Amino acid sequence: MAGKAKAIVINEKDNVATAIIPLKAGSTVSLEVQGRAGKVKILAAIPMGHKFALREIGQGEDVIKYGEPIGQTTARIARGDHVHVHNVVSHRGRKEGSR
Amino acid sequence: MNFQGYRRPGGKLGTRNHVLVIPSVVCSQGAAEGISRNLKGAVYLPNVFGCAQVGADREQTKRTLVGFGTNPNVFAVLVVGNGCENLPAREVAEAMAPSGKRVEYVEIQEVGGTKKTIAKGRRILKEMLADAASLQREAIPVSELILGTECGGSDYTSGLASNPALGAASDLLVEAGGTVILSETTELIGAEHLLARRARTPEIGQKVLDLIAWWEKEAIATGQDIRGANPAPGNIAGGITTIEEKSLGCIYKGGTTPLEEVIPYAFPPTRKGLVLMDTPGHDVDQLTGMMAGGSQIVIFTTGRGTPTGSPIAPVIKISGNAETCRKMKDNIDINVTQVLQGKETVKEAGRRIFAEMTAVASGKLTKAEKLGQRDFCIFKIGLNF
Repeated sequence: MAGKAKAIVINEKDNVATAIIPLKAGSTVSLEVQGRAGKVKILAAIPMGHKFALREIGQGEDVIKYGEPIGQTTARIARGDHVHVHNVVSHRGRKEGSR
Repeated sequence: MNFQGYRRPGGKLGTRNHVLVIPSVVCSQGAAEGISRNLKGAVYLPNVFGCAQVGADREQTKRTLVGFGTNPNVFAVLVVGNGCENLPAREVAEAMAPSGKRVEYVEIQEVGGTKKTIAKGRRILKEMLADAASLQREAIPVSELILGTECGGSDYTSGLASNPALGAASDLLVEAGGTVILSETTELIGAEHLLARRARTPEIGQKVLDLIAWWEKEAIATGQDIRGANPAPGNIAGGITTIEEKSLGCIYKGGTTPLEEVIPYAFPPTRKGLVLMDTPGHDVDQLTGMMAGGSQIVIFTTGRGTPTGSPIAPVIKISGNAETCRKMKDNIDINVTQVLQGKETVKEAGRRIFAEMTAVASGKLTKAEKLGQRDFCIFKIGLNF
């Protein structure tokens, strides 16, 4: 982990990063994944600890964090947009099809 | 590596030397509280069950109360009953006899009212406390420790800092020959395949998968949605989106060693190393189950902050959330925020946690102990009739 990182990517398979400080819409975040540097433009305000997309994630696709699926998107999520309960749903511990 | 602990009859080893007052039934709680009031070294369990219970539900209450009495952190036990309950004080006391420690019981109906019961109970308790005070700590290998792990009030820092750091400490204890309990089965949903893969045998791995399938089926059978309870609203505000995400962060606590066995609620581990106890995600149900299973010390990670403590064991709080460490400094024992800032590695934090665990096992008080936080709640699995 870099000294002054604003966000963390835990696993190279992840399609989301976690903001470790609040991020403003329109700001640009530098990230390091497995030694490779990259930049993401933030599209919406991301509260501290919340996630944003590292690449576009299509509707119904898996959201990957810790290298594992954590749920599926209910709408397309653009790179840099907020990823949370408004556009991601779990398929565990509930009836299929319920929202 | 050693800690300074207490040796019990039969060879069990404790980190504390409590004299415990156990109401076998909710109606004797007031008397139990009165008996232990203002007596240093005495604690009572706020038990709200013990009557009108049947079958496995009654057994679970009895096993939990007996597990507390026989926990090596307890020097001696006084069980307080009313007299007509279906979990009699005498039955609970007799089940503790194999521990070899002094166990007595009193019943309010037999003694003749609350005042007389409190007077009689206090006489017995003062004798027990005098005997307890004469016992000295001695050097005991850390391999005798059964560490209970727990997380509550989780947020994004739990999976990124405090749980991985606790996992590193768990690995150090297993390496030293000790035992680590991982529990809160519902908070393995979405991560069960990773734990099952680490099982000592395929059968143990299958047990993990079966447990998760059972909890998930139960959640669906309520006609409700597990999301109503887990992740909790505070988890969601803290950045956790789904139960899978919470679980994947949660299992870091158990470290990286093989899963040796799966045990039911409030049963003692039969093997050293990492074990899974089947408990709900409810913090105090879980804590109570691990104590009844013989755990002598607990390490509890939190993001949003939580005050939880046990009547009979030290509970060490760890947080990786800088704001929580500042705002709730009277509750948080170990600050691991530097892990998130890249200024401390997970392994370094793990070594620091392990050192603090050894100090606390040897008598250093945790913040929850200083605050007198004594949470107790049995995982109820049936109706009261």
